[in-house]
Amino acid sequence: MNKISNQRAWWLVVPVVVLVAFNALIPLMTVVNYSVQETFGNNLFFWHGVGWFEQVLTSERFHASLLRQLAFTGMILIIEVPLGIAVALCMPRKGPWVSVCLVLMALPLLIPWNVVGAMWNIFALPDIGLLGRMINGLGIDYNFTQQPVAAWSTTVLMDVWHWTSLVVLLTYAGLCSIPDAYYQAARIDGASSWSVFRYIQLPKLKRVLTIAILLRFMDSFMIYTEPFVLTGGGPGNTTTFLSIDLVKIALGQFDLGPAAAMSLIYFLMVLLVCWVFYTAMMRNEEQ
Amino acid sequence: MNNPLDLSWMAWTWPTVAFFCFIVLSIACMAIWEKMRPGGAPRRGILGIDTTRGDRLFISYLGSGFIHLAWLGLLGTPLWGAVVVSLLFAMAVFKWV
Repeated sequence: MNKISNQRAWWLVVPVVVLVAFNALIPLMTVVNYSVQETFGNNLFFWHGVGWFEQVLTSERFHASLLRQLAFTGMILIIEVPLGIAVALCMPRKGPWVSVCLVLMALPLLIPWNVVGAMWNIFALPDIGLLGRMINGLGIDYNFTQQPVAAWSTTVLMDVWHWTSLVVLLTYAGLCSIPDAYYQAARIDGASSWSVFRYIQLPKLKRVLTIAILLRFMDSFMIYTEPFVLTGGGPGNTTTFLSIDLVKIALGQFDLGPAAAMSLIYFLMVLLVCWVFYTAMMRNEEQ
Repeated sequence: MNNPLDLSWMAWTWPTVAFFCFIVLSIACMAIWEKMRPGGAPRRGILGIDTTRGDRLFISYLGSGFIHLAWLGLLGTPLWGAVVVSLLFAMAVFKWV
């Protein structure tokens, strides 16, 4: 039988192409145009070549915010992934507590990012916040508005509180999908709980964990609202991550050229990581 | 009322127009190539991952972006050297990846 070739269904993709063109491609093209020009407002632009890129790439300010960003992302991944796996392993698989646990876990994810920032700001204030007063009451000098270490630990703690649930829920879904036969075989062999985790659960969780790490990496690498509301990038510049720095340059200083060049460098980094993780995920799927 | 087709807010320049034209043209060439030899020529290259022609083009673009940035950050302008290295990189990607 001859198969009829009909490609007309491709027309159904047109609306999404138009939508992506308007909300992604055209703004991105504009950013590329801004990145090679200087402007003083009034829609007047002057050619500047690759000068802004050179400036950003050799600027200590960019290096510092990139380093802070990488340190923050690394820190939260090191904490959230093992913690998420541990919590998911402790959660019940059957019974009425399943729903309770799932709802409790989902709650932080439902709170808008600026609300999380505001909540933690008030919660951690050294004079009126519950956390701040408690830590100071223990005799530890804590003030996240003035001490870099305190600002960092509060920002990391806030992110862990907000996003570990995502790792938990993904891991829990992965754990629930492991057939009972594997556990039965492990019981027959007399495997310890560590062996069950190492040789059954962890290999089966590989795919969901790749997704969880990808999502957490991307989200934390592009984080803006929460640390901005909590610390405003301070004290000094100690919690000024890439996105906060970018907004400061673009909107605070109205340096559109350097901001556009920095955006494109940032975009390339995100694209590279996306591609690496996507490739890793596809490989997992094949295996 | 402003002319809706007035794109001056996008601040176009000839070099950026040429840059986007190059990207569109290369994608169009890939479409023609695909039409002539359908299937995307999938294979597993030296990176150990399955790639099609489209993947190889994407890797070439991404790599070229980083080559240009590295050149600019380490050696500065002019960027002709980076263009040559990027072309060699793209050829290597299409041959071996």
